[in-house]
Amino acid sequence: MSAGLKFVQGNEACVEAALYAGLQFYAGYPITPSSEIAEHLAVRLPRVGGTFLQLEDEIASICAIIGASLTGCKVMTATSGPGFSLMQEGLGYAIMAEIPCVIVNVMRGGPSTGLPTCPSQGDICQARWGAHGDHAIIALTASTLQDVFEITVHAFNTAETYRTPVILLLDEVVGHMREKLVVPEAGAIATVDRLKTSLKLGMDYHPYLPREDGRLPMSDFGGQHRYNVTGLFHDMWGFPTQEPSMVHGLLRHLVDKIANNADSICRYKEYYLEDAHIVLISYGGSARSALHVVENRRVRGERLGLLELQTIWPFPYSVVESKCANARYIVVVEMNMGQVTRAVKRAVAHPDRVVLANRIDGVFITPTDIRNILRLIQGKGV
Amino acid sequence: MPFKDYLRKRFFPHIWCPGCGHGIVLGCLLRAIEQLAIGKNDVVMVSGIGCSSRICGYVDFHTLHTLHGRALAFATGVKMSVPRLNVIVPMGDGDALAIGGNHFIHAARRNIAMTAIVMNNRTYGMTGGQYSPLSCHGDFATNAPYGNIDHDFDVVELARAAGATFVARSTTFHARQTTEIIRKAIAHPGFAVVEVLSQCPTYYGRKNKQGGAAEMMEWYRDNTTPVGSKAKQQNPTLIERGIFVQDAGKPEYCCEYKKLVERARRGAS
Amino acid sequence: MVKRRLKEHVIDREWCKGCGICVHFCPRHVLELDEQEKAFAARPQDCICCLLCELRCPDLAIEVITEELQTESATKEQTE
Repeated sequence: MSAGLKFVQGNEACVEAALYAGLQFYAGYPITPSSEIAEHLAVRLPRVGGTFLQLEDEIASICAIIGASLTGCKVMTATSGPGFSLMQEGLGYAIMAEIPCVIVNVMRGGPSTGLPTCPSQGDICQARWGAHGDHAIIALTASTLQDVFEITVHAFNTAETYRTPVILLLDEVVGHMREKLVVPEAGAIATVDRLKTSLKLGMDYHPYLPREDGRLPMSDFGGQHRYNVTGLFHDMWGFPTQEPSMVHGLLRHLVDKIANNADSICRYKEYYLEDAHIVLISYGGSARSALHVVENRRVRGERLGLLELQTIWPFPYSVVESKCANARYIVVVEMNMGQVTRAVKRAVAHPDRVVLANRIDGVFITPTDIRNILRLIQGKGV
Repeated sequence: MPFKDYLRKRFFPHIWCPGCGHGIVLGCLLRAIEQLAIGKNDVVMVSGIGCSSRICGYVDFHTLHTLHGRALAFATGVKMSVPRLNVIVPMGDGDALAIGGNHFIHAARRNIAMTAIVMNNRTYGMTGGQYSPLSCHGDFATNAPYGNIDHDFDVVELARAAGATFVARSTTFHARQTTEIIRKAIAHPGFAVVEVLSQCPTYYGRKNKQGGAAEMMEWYRDNTTPVGSKAKQQNPTLIERGIFVQDAGKPEYCCEYKKLVERARRGAS
Repeated sequence: MVKRRLKEHVIDREWCKGCGICVHFCPRHVLELDEQEKAFAARPQDCICCLLCELRCPDLAIEVITEELQTESATKEQTE
């Protein structure tokens, strides 16, 4: 798609951004409400010489994109709750083997098959801890189509920079919503390409020996350096090891490369926070209702502000802490039973001042829902 | 290049038990690659989890040791991205046909050019000898103390029905034939399945009183027969070995995708 | 088929795990296991160079080195 003003759906904005970021390989399995991502990519990827595959399930899909990523491609898959559950095994593999990939989860109501066509933000904690074992993870989200575009590009850039899977948590409302999108000119948003090894043939290439900055220069599978890739703990050549110091070192590396760069991974937006007595914290589709409330109350002179999170994991504890330092109340607006609320309570000085405004019935949370909670906080009754 | 030059010799002796058939399959596989004169950089070996999957660590190719049952899915990603690579996927019987059964039939259905080698020892060796989808009805296993009530898959019939365009079976006793079959499988322009009966004396042999490695290989000698032989008609319990399906005519998946890209680009311009 | 003559059995004692497959199937009973359960060629003079021990060794520990029963120059070429 050429640059310029468009009127598209959220899932389509994600597709545009993925192609802008250099997506070359997609594999997926149909699931509501993410299917439009596959449908658009089935049209677009072959035209740019990329690969679009529909595989037998979500397990195969994530495994195939990992295999493709090893050959040097930028890769992505898209799914929703049940499929995301199936992908946890592959997700853990990509974390361990340090394979860049982007996994889009257009969230719907759960658990299980749940509410296939209804909005929810119930997969926040699954994104963090769905894969077994200690690990770090990057999960991003967005509330407007313009932001979906920018955050999707950021997701690819982050995956390539840190050689790790990045989860893009959209929700059904954002995925299916139509609004304007300005596709930027090529180059207007920086894109990060894979860091390739400069070692020549015959030199001893260490695929898992990080540089001083923690990054791993990669050699494409099929290229001149042959090495082993495994989901087992491994040495710097990629061969399995149980040597305690290597196991410890690798696990620390996997966690630290993300934890130590949380600031550069972190994205957020803020509205009227300078003097806010009540700080709303929200993300994704919910943040649209939260912003509506804030803007309406500001007109009436009430000191409300909004902190919109775009990076959910690693959780921006310091940002939340500093932005809420002067708040009398913090209202977390989300469509789950308090998955981000829990993290916010850990971040702020007075967890007892953190209140949850949510909906968990498959209906999009509205400004009225939030106003009802505000009335309670402000002592105005129900 | 002598076939041992394909080995990562520093990891030998290997981890497999004395008499394990998997080492014989490894030897056959490398001799087949040697005969085809394929360079090390042109082979990607993708394996899953289990005794069989450890084969990846021992060969000096691009090696991808993946998740239990998922090797063919990873391999599909590699092959579709770089179709010129020879993708070889050694799998165990549980790996290929229990947890990986779905990936197996779908890879066969697509007819994507790669070589799936099912190293069938009729048990889960790595976890201590449990029954597998290729354990026979009535077999004993560490978790089938009263006999296995499951029925086993016939890999050849399954692969044929799923659409594989090269299907063959051999045994570790018939090492020459196994080498020849694997060589043809690698050269085949489509999805190739080679089942190799491979003894597990440690668990399957012991639990089923089949004796040591040599006795198990004798069983392969005495209970198999070339495909289409008269012996099979006289004794239907014999297991046939040889090449069952060899069809180079069915469109291969990567080639079909390449044509799809050309159609899409024509339509876009 | 060109006739071949044995030069030697090269058996890697580190790699051999003593499973006895080579001993069991050798058509001329050339091989035996020693007191450390490692294969060795007890009767190399009987070897018919069928290579089955090498092909069936699960430890990839046996190499049967042979030479052609031909003119000297051809023999040299083969063994190189």
